[in-house]
Amino acid sequence: MTFIGKTDTLLSVEDLKVHFPRGKSGWGRKPEVVKAVDGVSFAVRRGSTLAVVGESGSGKTTTALAVMRLAPVTSGRMQLGDTDLGALQGEALRQARTRMQIIFQDPFSSLNPRERAGAAVRAPLDLMRVGTPEERTRRVAELFEAVGLRPEQQHLFPHQFSGGQRQRINIARALATNPELVVCDEPVSALDIAIRAQILNLLARLQRELGLTYLFISHDMAVVEHICDDIAVMYLGQIVERAPRRSFFARPLHPYSVALMSAVPTVSGGRRRAANRIKLSGDPPSPIDPPKGCRFAGRCPVAEPACAAELPPLREVAPDHWVRCRRVDIVDGLPHPPLSIPESP
Amino acid sequence: MATGTDNNNGDALLRVQDLHVEFKTRRGQALVLNGVDFEIRAGETLCVVGESGCGKSMTALALLRLIPSPPGRIRDGRVLFQGEDLVQASDARMREVRGNRISMIFQEPMTSLNPVFTVGDQIGESLQLHAGLNAREARQRAIEMLRQVGIPAPERRVDEYPHQLSGGMRQRVMIAMALACRPDILIADEPTTALDVTVQAQIFDLLRELQREKGTAIMLITHDMGAVAEMADRVMVMYAGRVIEQGTAEQVLSEPGHPYTRGLIDCLPELGSSAAREGDVREDLAEIAGVVPSIWELGTGCAFRERCPRAMERCAAEVPPMFAVTGEVAAGTPHGAACWLHGEAFKTLEAREREAA
Amino acid sequence: MSKVITMPSVASAPSKTPKAPPAAVLRVEHPGTEAMRMFLRNPAAIAGMVMLVLMLAVAIAGPWLYPADPFEIRTAPLTPPFSEDAWLGSDYLGRDVLTALIYGGRATLLVGAVAALLSVVIGITLGAFAGYYGGKVDAALMKLTEFFQVLPALLFAMVVVTLFSPTLVTVTLAIGIVSWTGTARLTRAEFMKYRGLEFVRAERAIGARDARIIWKVILPNALPPLVVSATLAIGAAILFEAGLSFLGLGDPNQMSWGLMIGSSRQYVLSCWWAVAFPGAAIFITVLAVSLIGDGLNDALNPKLRER
Repeated sequence: MTFIGKTDTLLSVEDLKVHFPRGKSGWGRKPEVVKAVDGVSFAVRRGSTLAVVGESGSGKTTTALAVMRLAPVTSGRMQLGDTDLGALQGEALRQARTRMQIIFQDPFSSLNPRERAGAAVRAPLDLMRVGTPEERTRRVAELFEAVGLRPEQQHLFPHQFSGGQRQRINIARALATNPELVVCDEPVSALDIAIRAQILNLLARLQRELGLTYLFISHDMAVVEHICDDIAVMYLGQIVERAPRRSFFARPLHPYSVALMSAVPTVSGGRRRAANRIKLSGDPPSPIDPPKGCRFAGRCPVAEPACAAELPPLREVAPDHWVRCRRVDIVDGLPHPPLSIPESP
Repeated sequence: MATGTDNNNGDALLRVQDLHVEFKTRRGQALVLNGVDFEIRAGETLCVVGESGCGKSMTALALLRLIPSPPGRIRDGRVLFQGEDLVQASDARMREVRGNRISMIFQEPMTSLNPVFTVGDQIGESLQLHAGLNAREARQRAIEMLRQVGIPAPERRVDEYPHQLSGGMRQRVMIAMALACRPDILIADEPTTALDVTVQAQIFDLLRELQREKGTAIMLITHDMGAVAEMADRVMVMYAGRVIEQGTAEQVLSEPGHPYTRGLIDCLPELGSSAAREGDVREDLAEIAGVVPSIWELGTGCAFRERCPRAMERCAAEVPPMFAVTGEVAAGTPHGAACWLHGEAFKTLEAREREAA
Repeated sequence: MSKVITMPSVASAPSKTPKAPPAAVLRVEHPGTEAMRMFLRNPAAIAGMVMLVLMLAVAIAGPWLYPADPFEIRTAPLTPPFSEDAWLGSDYLGRDVLTALIYGGRATLLVGAVAALLSVVIGITLGAFAGYYGGKVDAALMKLTEFFQVLPALLFAMVVVTLFSPTLVTVTLAIGIVSWTGTARLTRAEFMKYRGLEFVRAERAIGARDARIIWKVILPNALPPLVVSATLAIGAAILFEAGLSFLGLGDPNQMSWGLMIGSSRQYVLSCWWAVAFPGAAIFITVLAVSLIGDGLNDALNPKLRER
């Protein structure tokens, strides 16, 4: 499938597949294949934020890692600007890493406990030999201030910082080489709620000031709604809906998206919302042997027999709003979801 | 002006009075719980909200006397459960209470279950221990419990091991274990934080249903305000080892009396916010400045004063007691906040200003 | 290839930033100094250091200050200790125990240290590669490790020494070659634990190569248990050497504590001093080394500092 290539697209991913063999092969048995990512395509405009949402097993984190070339890519094309990310090897790949960086979820385990904060932030500069040593020193101090830490804190070890502060160090490190793309893998999920607001505001400010492009992985719909410009919902290795923020949150189309939105508890919704919730039964199927037809059909409240027969393609039902569901009809030019949230949040 | 001493509906099953818990560290005695007062009423859900380090998990452990005893100890206070002070109870009596009258489930279903025993064995364990059932009877009851917590094909699952189940199912097993002996109180310490949001919804549904059927009181510890809105009858907010606000869920969430609670609610992104947004301009989220002070930095006065947008001189001098908050929501039911803003003098000033406006 | 850094000026974060930890915590200390300070705060570690320094002093300076031939028969055999011409007595041949003790320290400590170093270097290297790369590399290296583990160490060392005639060098090599498996497994386990952690992934994301990740990132983290293992290795090597010498397979031209014990073993009852003093020397050395290892473990672990 193709999509409209925008002139200011920074990252474009086409039909990405990441399949892991699992278990030992031998004595004529073929190992099982975990189809973590099974045909994912999207494009991210420069300076914007694409949120990739899903639950465990959806493949969202694997997608992020594959884009960063930290996970093996089975097939598909990934393009960062003019560079073909998938084709890069060895030294060229290392050099390309100055242009794309990642912030991980757990602020505790993403920093080397034996490396001082300043050294951690400086490491990418040293490794890529960016600038002179004096310039690097100045840069590290600059970065510390930019993320809201004091430069004197460079000499401390990670365990001497709080969770929020550690995440700031991670952000500083990610920004060290002036990347164009920053992949954020659930950057605030492990933080306290008051700190979450601080970090989200920081990320937004840095994006404005530095023109960063974010690929934001999350399972928290409220955070996503706040921070994204576009959103892609993944289920079992595939994108089931992809749309600009307004269009999606005004009216999510795919039954899974609707169920996901409905499952989020809100302060204003309270018990009424819980009472009207769309209930999904059971657990998601295994990524080792995904069903033939629509992968959500087994749990979908509005599935029909035809849904399980054939995998529906991702189709555009409104400007830039793509859905993988055969039951979304277009009535009077507007897409109509087969399942809606009983009451607005 | 203290709240928590009168009950309008339901009896107080458990009453905690002036609980102090301290830990011995190299830097001295760290007071982790600093005068915690609250009660749990029969059949209700009390949510305990706070950020890391506020003492909410410690409170739960203290109720069951599970605080690791060489470094930690309950220094003061009483935990009155059915007329008995659990702080003074013998070890043997506590063993009778745990899993039987008061149960607890934890955050990580992965590590809370013993990997080398089947699910049925683990559920049956408390039944054999407390209800005196033999192995076969316990197994039958385990199957029954699995069915009640919504696990399909329970006769097959009862012989499976934890690693064969998904996260959501493991948490259901934990709930089955906890409720096997029909306890009066179930303490759930962030039971859904490690789970997907759709699974979380299922677990909350399950808890509500089981509460309806069995009349178990639930003490739900969480940091998710949305979960509080859904689950709680009453809420208590903790900060730096103290309870700083208490009331019904409606009171606390719609008219928070304490600036910290207000800050927590305001700093959350809400679903549906994009509709209200003008164009593509993204407003910053409201922030609570600063970080939670460490135990050694508390000093005198209110622990929140450094970060509070409405701090006054008095806040640095004295720790505010729990004042009654008068509000429109559910007027008459006790809603308390430990904040000088609700002290008498200040109230008069505000009222005068309001009248003048 | 250097790149000029151009970074658009980033305004500092607004005043609503988290407060830095109080000044008391902002120690700006060299990591080596800090480790040394922690180490020196540990009374057991200091005791171990003192004991080891003593032993080393005796072994190194002793022969220079007290030139003599330890094999020389100087006094009457079986002279009890604390007598005039033999302060620690003499053995069944009339060799002076004190001289033998001083000269014997050299061989024992040298062999112990070098053999331990050899075993640790082999063990860490193999374990690191096995743990980091996994897959076929791991399988192959583990087969090799199993082979050496299953081999009876003492017998193999004996064979090596006998085949290549016993000298200090062959004895050291023999001990080193058979003793590395424990360290290798330990290192492998540590590397397997660390390679899945996010900060290792983060290193790759910032462009680190495998060599840097193995030696500069994971190994410093994996060090504490390896340090303990290394010091135990010294103790084990010393005992191993003593054992080989005891059996008569050490270098017969080099006096060592093991040789002293071995040669006098038939005379324990009548000549306890010839066995007890070298035995005590071995004991004190191994104990000292273990205490130091413990102290190093604590000092090298930054997480333990803040408690």
